[in-house]
Amino acid sequence: MKYTLVAWMRDTPGVLNRVSGMLRRRNFNIDSLQVSHSETPGISRMTFVVAGDKRVADQVVKQLRKVVDVTAVEDITDQLAVLRELALIRVRTTTATRGEIVQFAEIYRAQIVDVSAESLVVQAVGTEEKVDSLIEFMKPFGIEEMVRTGRVALCRGDNRSKPEKLSTSVFKATARLNGSGRG
Amino acid sequence: MAIAKREPIDSGYDPGPLEMTGSQMIWESLLREGIDIVFGHPGGAILPAYDALAPYEADGRIHHVLVRHEQCAAHMADGYARATGRVGVCIATSGPGATNLVTGLATAQMDSVPVVAITGQVPTNLLGTDAFQESDVVGITQPVCKHNYLVTDIAELPLVMKEAFYIAREGRPGVVLVDICKDTQNAAGVFRYDFDIDLPGFEPWPEYNAEALQAAADLLNRAERPLILAGHGIHLSYTSEELLKLVEKAEIPVVTTLLGTGNIPETHPLSLGMGGMHGEAFANRAVQACDVLVAMGMRFDDRITGRLDRFAANAEIVHFELDRSEVGKNIVPDVAVIGDLAETLPAFLPLIQERHHSDWVQELNVWRAETNEADIIQYEVEELIPPFVIRQLWHATERTDKRVIVVTDVGQHQMWESQYYIHEEAGMLLTSGGLGTMGYALPAAIGAQMSDPHALVWCVAGDGGFQMTLQELATIQQEKLSVKIAIINNGFLGMVRQWQQIFYEKRYVGTPVLSPDYVKLADAYDIPAAVVRHPSEVVPALEQAHATEGPFLIDFQVKEEVNVYPMVAPGAAVDELIRRPKPGYAQGYSGVQPSW
Ligand SMILES: Cc1ncc(C[n+]2csc(CCOP(=O)(O)OP(=O)(O)O)c2C)c(N)n1
Repeated sequence: MKYTLVAWMRDTPGVLNRVSGMLRRRNFNIDSLQVSHSETPGISRMTFVVAGDKRVADQVVKQLRKVVDVTAVEDITDQLAVLRELALIRVRTTTATRGEIVQFAEIYRAQIVDVSAESLVVQAVGTEEKVDSLIEFMKPFGIEEMVRTGRVALCRGDNRSKPEKLSTSVFKATARLNGSGRG
Repeated sequence: MAIAKREPIDSGYDPGPLEMTGSQMIWESLLREGIDIVFGHPGGAILPAYDALAPYEADGRIHHVLVRHEQCAAHMADGYARATGRVGVCIATSGPGATNLVTGLATAQMDSVPVVAITGQVPTNLLGTDAFQESDVVGITQPVCKHNYLVTDIAELPLVMKEAFYIAREGRPGVVLVDICKDTQNAAGVFRYDFDIDLPGFEPWPEYNAEALQAAADLLNRAERPLILAGHGIHLSYTSEELLKLVEKAEIPVVTTLLGTGNIPETHPLSLGMGGMHGEAFANRAVQACDVLVAMGMRFDDRITGRLDRFAANAEIVHFELDRSEVGKNIVPDVAVIGDLAETLPAFLPLIQERHHSDWVQELNVWRAETNEADIIQYEVEELIPPFVIRQLWHATERTDKRVIVVTDVGQHQMWESQYYIHEEAGMLLTSGGLGTMGYALPAAIGAQMSDPHALVWCVAGDGGFQMTLQELATIQQEKLSVKIAIINNGFLGMVRQWQQIFYEKRYVGTPVLSPDYVKLADAYDIPAAVVRHPSEVVPALEQAHATEGPFLIDFQVKEEVNVYPMVAPGAAVDELIRRPKPGYAQGYSGVQPSW
């Protein structure tokens, strides 16, 4: 079973390392990990896809909560959520195949974002399954290069409670109280 | 909501914002945390901090203990912290100084000991250049710390110091390292310490759930064969008394973990001593036969559980624990009470009915009697065996009215100490339980003694482990300490030899260990010492040690190939143990004997 976890953390130097180091050290099986800014300045948001059973997912949540810089963690597996991944795929083309590739892309509501003489770049957004399936179709044409972001997730609905303990204050801001700069 | 439980020692000292250097800020922070002692070793990258220490040392506000190896600075801070419940502080230079700390920090972190480590780092402009004595200390120590910091900006230093002590101390204690660049130590800035700690991601004191507590009480009230498995958390939360009340109210036997030793007095009829790999057969039997197991402040380490799927297979399990990540990590309990035992245990008591469990206790006592009969100490009188030495050490220290602290190293002697020394109190045994760090005993004993010069501190070590950190004998003399040292000298790395005997057909590879003449060695440090070779010499030597002012070392040259029994082989269930050989049989392994 795959679990989707979201964690918010103070954007301090090395925080990604702290989290990934903990996951490696505790031997958790992480399918994907994606980091980005959140709506709060100074707070980053990480989305994890964890492979395992409920107990493993539960342990990942608890161990993440223990990382001091992590301000909140949520397992959104059972919630209604928008789950998306973005992929950029450079496919080899010939005059004979170009039309077919563009057609496939349209079926998947993917966009062609770059065209050159012998290849084009398809941008796909969707669930991992959808992206997987598009990639399968593209393979016979020859995939020259590819990048996938890994899953990002946002819960649906508008009366959604904020995850507990998300603070707007950040380390640097507090430290600045102190006045003097680097000596 | 996080509630601060154990308040920082209020030094009452805060003259408000002051202009000063980063180096001074280190010491000013310590003063505000009520710290008056640090264990360390200087070097280039921490020199500004050492230089700034001079006035604090001169007027006695902060005492620096020079160690002979940084590993021991961390162990001393650890021993100091375990003996006092306060944060221990160690300090080292960059590169090799910091990497030398690692074993000591890992030891403290594994056993939930509050330690703050301060290390110097190369100047900020050299960071990442493989500069002389540069190492990525934050990276190296991250897995063995509760949290750590690299400080490159003087503006952040005061808050970092305050957070470091807060994190190390609050909740489940642990290690926090602060790595400070040399130019940051030299920089000037404004020091203040009146910050409110704002750590939204740090939840030191989760509030317990009253329903869970009631569910736990319901289970225990229904139990016919209840058992408590009490760990280090009891001591960390100072709830030994409440535990005893609970135990007596409902007549519940208690098994402890190694770090839970003495949670209830071991002379108490309901105390079954330590369980697990070298726990007594009746203690492990109790674990396997109980119908409700209440685990308190412990983490189901493999040394206590043995084979997990067969552990307490007949029991419903209740887990009282502060650190929620320990709940469900190894054992999924039927009821979990997450919270501080200092809150949950007093709230639990009134929910528990007064009861007797005479049949259950009777059954355990039959087992206990059988075990005692087979005990080597009952019949082996001709030769000097370690259990006898330890038992006599207990008798000798029993008579003193001083506070007694026993610090053990790691190996056979550590297990014998646990079995044959009778601990009356939580916190009187300091030992490396989680990491099992050889070399721990001597420096930790020094740290403990520094915290209480009037205590009677016994360092009990094997000939192997003692040789790992014996250079600290010099520290004992430099600090004029009166640590007493017992070396259980069996000519082997005993515990490993025992495994080779049992699991590797007696191929003693790398385990015979040569020792120096310990009396001569002690003499070189001007420490009085004695050799003991025969049982009759044990008591006089111990008496001499106690009668001597200052330190004393005894080299107990014990019988070589004695094994620690009972023993649960790694991976076996705790009731598949190798029992003590019956009297008259050779000590040693003779196949797995039927357990019961
Ligand atoms: C630093 C370290 N290295 C190795 C070990 C593995 N080990 C565990 S017990 C032991 C033997 C200890 O021998 P000794 O100190 O003589 O004590 P004894 O077992 O004989 O009482 C060893 C090598 C360890 N625990 N710690």
